Amino acid sequence: MTDTPAHDHGELIDEDRRNFIHIATGAAAFGGAAMFAWVAVDQWNPAADTKAASALDVDISKIPLGGEIRVLIGGKPFFVRHRTPAEISAAEAVNVSTLRDPQTDDERLHAKPDGTLNRAILVTSGSCTHLGCVPVGPAQGNTGDFGGWYCPCHGSHYDTSGRIRKGPAPRNLPVPDYKYVSDTVINISL
Amino acid sequence: MSGHESSYTPTNAFTKWLDTRLPLVRFAQDTAINFPTPKNLNYWYTFGGILAVCLVIQIVTGVILAMHYEASIDGAFASVERIMRDVPFGWLLRYIHANGASMFFLAVYIHMFRGLYYGSYKAPREILWILGCVIYLLMMGTAFLGYMLPWGQMSYHGSNVITGLFGAIPLVGESIQTWLMGGPSIGNQTLQRFFALHYLLPFMIAGAVVLHVWALHVPGNNNPTGVEVQDVKKDTVPFHPYYTVKDAFAIVIFLIMFAVFVFYAPNVLGHADNYVEANPLVTPSHIVPEWYLLPFYAILRAITFDLGPIPAKLLGVIFMFAAIAVLFILPWLDTSKVKSMRYRPVAKQFFFGFVAVCLLLGWCGAANPDDAVIPALQGESKLVVSYNDGNGGEATSEYKGGSEAYVDARRFMDGLPEDANASISAVPAPTFAFRHLSLILTFCYFGFFVLLFFLGLTEKPKELPESIHKSVLKRHKDAEAAATPAE
Repeated sequence: MTDTPAHDHGELIDEDRRNFIHIATGAAAFGGAAMFAWVAVDQWNPAADTKAASALDVDISKIPLGGEIRVLIGGKPFFVRHRTPAEISAAEAVNVSTLRDPQTDDERLHAKPDGTLNRAILVTSGSCTHLGCVPVGPAQGNTGDFGGWYCPCHGSHYDTSGRIRKGPAPRNLPVPDYKYVSDTVINISL
Repeated sequence: MSGHESSYTPTNAFTKWLDTRLPLVRFAQDTAINFPTPKNLNYWYTFGGILAVCLVIQIVTGVILAMHYEASIDGAFASVERIMRDVPFGWLLRYIHANGASMFFLAVYIHMFRGLYYGSYKAPREILWILGCVIYLLMMGTAFLGYMLPWGQMSYHGSNVITGLFGAIPLVGESIQTWLMGGPSIGNQTLQRFFALHYLLPFMIAGAVVLHVWALHVPGNNNPTGVEVQDVKKDTVPFHPYYTVKDAFAIVIFLIMFAVFVFYAPNVLGHADNYVEANPLVTPSHIVPEWYLLPFYAILRAITFDLGPIPAKLLGVIFMFAAIAVLFILPWLDTSKVKSMRYRPVAKQFFFGFVAVCLLLGWCGAANPDDAVIPALQGESKLVVSYNDGNGGEATSEYKGGSEAYVDARRFMDGLPEDANASISAVPAPTFAFRHLSLILTFCYFGFFVLLFFLGLTEKPKELPESIHKSVLKRHKDAEAAATPAE
């Protein structure tokens, strides 16, 4: 005990008691604020149902030859394209070394459970890698200079494998995680 | 000035009773009635009052709109249309709120340029200026959040661009972006949190305004001469009725202009695209923010080059935020002892140059970066045919001229072998485009602040008036001399 007399009243002040009150109250306030800050920040992260909605089964048998369907998964656009044989051969004929983001057409396809590739179906992200606009495609009547997609925002041209060929976009349209559930259904996840 | 003696004397028993319990009347008397204010304030000084009115208008109309608005991606757009068509006077309230944002920014820009011109950010008013910058930042945040609420095409894709900016931050960018959006993309959860914050921030602005006014009342108003008050009797007049009336008159003129927008051109400051409901699968071809954010948008897009390890996208974001951050340190960037640009002949010219730079940046922000600044000077575009030369390489062939060029290019393409995979495109002639102008203006913008630093050290200011009182007297004498020709 370090009892010291107060200024003039002659009362004894217990410094240890005062220190205990200061430190205990301060620690509880700081700890409480920190614990609540964690809650307040973390509640903005994706909720369980939002996360759960980040995969989708897509029936690919309904896509017309030469056409595509566009799906939203968790609000993000994806293209599923049914390519014609001419489009497939155009995608395969490209000399990969001349590309901005070199990838062969085969590297951009996911194999079926039996290990073979379904070259007719191409799955890509629907966000231009430049600034995230959604490129137009066969349904909108403009497939760009290379027969794939064209982004009207800043003029990026993608080929029939979704690879960037011309314009400001730096990378190919990313291929999402997807797998063949059956011959006619694929499961795309973010 | 808070230093001035309280001149309030309670007159009756009730006010005497109240004054010893809650001196509310005394506070009002001292801060808004008898407050000594420099007697030479011009109309540029009325924008503080105008801004207070703007904030009240936005809060009142906003709270009412919130009673009819539905913050969900399925209902938001329809609820806004319902406000416009079905809610009694909903159209008026929404048009006041939407145009009110523009009016708020118009007034705040004039208010800020006024502070810049008369050196109102200098000692002892640095905190006052910084609090103003905080309010401005909160205003931009509030405006951005509010623009998302109608859930139109520009709302959705504009928010996409802005939240995407955070994705440019290295390492943690993507996590921050996901955290802001509350999911992989902008969705219902994003709209709900943006609505909650759009409701909250104006009250934070109101809180910052209280501090701003407090910080104003400690040193008192600056004035067009930049000379501090020396003799309260000679240099100042009481705030009421001199400035209450002057402010009220300016507010009325401002509200008339406001009403012209609301009643005659309610959509002229907006974008038609925002009357189309948000569709994540279709991007508007030209995404632009509201006019008051355009200069910063221009700076963001002006940076198209990498700087060492910093990619262009991140560099643009850094420059955009720096353009706002630089305002916070302005009191220490400007080295001149003289406040008012009236007495700074060189700085004054650069000030007007700076205003022009800001306006031109706004023009650049609205334009397509690749368009020619002066289309008349741009040469004719040419047709370029690209094809595989058969050895795995790509070759091009160019054609110039009118329709014959197209015929020639077509003939050439038809002559190529099948596997050449030829394509044709029109390539515009190189020209001085908006992205070049934006880059130049961005450097001018930052250059102005650097210049203020060095200019203050070298510039020879004009002679300052001895006092506010003397400067007013001199003006009167000059005016009389001009009015009565020599006999």
